[in-house]
Amino acid sequence: MNLELLAIIVGAYTLAIGYLGWLGYKKTKTASDYLVGGRQIHPMLMALAYGSTFISTSAIVGFGGVAGMMGMGILWLTFLNIFVGIFIAFIFFGRPTRRLGAQLDAHTFPELLGRRYNSRFIQGFSGTIIAFLMPLYAAAVMIGGARFLEVQLNLDFKIALFVFSCVVVTYVFFGGLKGVIYTDALQGSLMFISMVILLVITYNKLGWLHSHADLTAMAAQVPQGLIAKGHQGWTAMPRFGSPLWWQMVSTIILGVGIGVLAQPQLAVRYMTVKSGKELYRALVPGSIFIMVMTGVAFIVGALSNLYFWKTFGKTAMEMATDVVTGKPNIDKIIPIYINSVMPEWFGYLFMLCMLAAAMSTMSGQFHAIGTSFGRDIYQQAIAKGKHQERTVPIAKAGIFIGFVITIILAYNLGLGIIAIATSLFFGMCASVFLPAYVSALFWKNSTRSGVIAGMLAGIVIWGFWIFFVHEKESAALGLCNLLTGKPSLVTGSIWAVVDPIIISLPVSALVTFFGSLVTPKKTMNKTA
Amino acid sequence: MFGFGDIWVTLAYLLCIGSTLFCIIYGIRHWNDDVEMPTPTHPEDENTDFEDTI
Repeated sequence: MNLELLAIIVGAYTLAIGYLGWLGYKKTKTASDYLVGGRQIHPMLMALAYGSTFISTSAIVGFGGVAGMMGMGILWLTFLNIFVGIFIAFIFFGRPTRRLGAQLDAHTFPELLGRRYNSRFIQGFSGTIIAFLMPLYAAAVMIGGARFLEVQLNLDFKIALFVFSCVVVTYVFFGGLKGVIYTDALQGSLMFISMVILLVITYNKLGWLHSHADLTAMAAQVPQGLIAKGHQGWTAMPRFGSPLWWQMVSTIILGVGIGVLAQPQLAVRYMTVKSGKELYRALVPGSIFIMVMTGVAFIVGALSNLYFWKTFGKTAMEMATDVVTGKPNIDKIIPIYINSVMPEWFGYLFMLCMLAAAMSTMSGQFHAIGTSFGRDIYQQAIAKGKHQERTVPIAKAGIFIGFVITIILAYNLGLGIIAIATSLFFGMCASVFLPAYVSALFWKNSTRSGVIAGMLAGIVIWGFWIFFVHEKESAALGLCNLLTGKPSLVTGSIWAVVDPIIISLPVSALVTFFGSLVTPKKTMNKTA
Repeated sequence: MFGFGDIWVTLAYLLCIGSTLFCIIYGIRHWNDDVEMPTPTHPEDENTDFEDTI
């Protein structure tokens, strides 16, 4: 790469981001501006901010890499991302959330739940979950961005990680949610343009009409290890009920596809617009953006096998196998593909796209982590609502704490973690928050005790499942091995590959439902 | 169809395109719906009286 040209491009991008962050800072006068963008954001900006926060390097590099390994069955996730993540989210969740948020003057997702049930516990507990578990997801996004810089620029991974996250935390810290949304809009536009070009060049290279059929014909090249797990080729779903099918359907498709509904950093976006009309309007850019982002990443990820096979006689997984450890790192499939197939000028553009994708998601995450520490945990739960005049400085301190936790995690997570950490966080959000959130919006008879019981059941079952049952995590975490001498309590059975969300979400929903039926409905409920 | 290896992937591909078109048409049809602006029940940053504690 031409380093001078690269420096000019990155410099211009950083200046533009700096300017938008400064604009956010200048337009932030009140705590409401800092926390929910003053509730006056334009629907186009809201849609781009929602989409670019939703779609990170995890979706492009991480899940694109998963498509390179598992194939195009993951397009079911794109469908859920559009139908559930945009249509149901904006129309059935966004409009009532915006209305309730304005009525209760809620400034964060935990505050929405807490004020709905008049419960400091709900706000503090939700804030704690976000503040301590979202850094796992943020670290995964951070790694995705830094991995790309590592491959593309030959930068040291640790330096790339640090510099890149410092830039993000600076504009979130000063610009608040307005700074986040303005920068998201620019980043979302860059991402959109890059992904359209990536799709066009890929189909031009591999054939618009026959590339899918050529990839289908490559089914015999699937590695034996994957065939044994149920792989049937890169243009077919894994064998029904096989371990790979469970991993794809339960962890990746359902975990992320449904988990999106209860993402705190996304739910707060609904509270940034003036009226429900804006959410109808945001459907148009939102759906196009998500289809292009995830659809292109998954199609290109799977088709990379065809390119690598034709060019190097290797599959994508073989291309991404580390020469030192001998282990495949699927997070590298997309960066290697871009490096080998795309023209040099696109390398620069795509690098900006990756930086934009990671930065737009991280900014939303840092903002959510920071406001959880500052607003939900400290100000509302610990200080019992005091220091209202210091909301912004307290949230800023929270952003800094969240940044430190995230960067420590990012330095210590293992290889191939991006998609797994993202799925885990989405699944956890669905298990803990979704039943409470649905009840808060739609069920007038839900009770505070029922909701608290459901949230606690969700986190306990989810935690038990990842520590003792779901082998991918339980083996890595090591607690089960320490106590029982086995990587999972059910090693060898199909349960060891069933994602926590399949169990913890229904349990949490049932506990919330029956808990609300058997506990008295006091006068505490606000407007539903 | 479309060169895919099974009906499930073909269906997912078509649903991606179909659901996007549906969102676009739905958004345009409801372009001016739901224009009410609720009055906040709490003034900006006012403390709320919570009934429980932690």
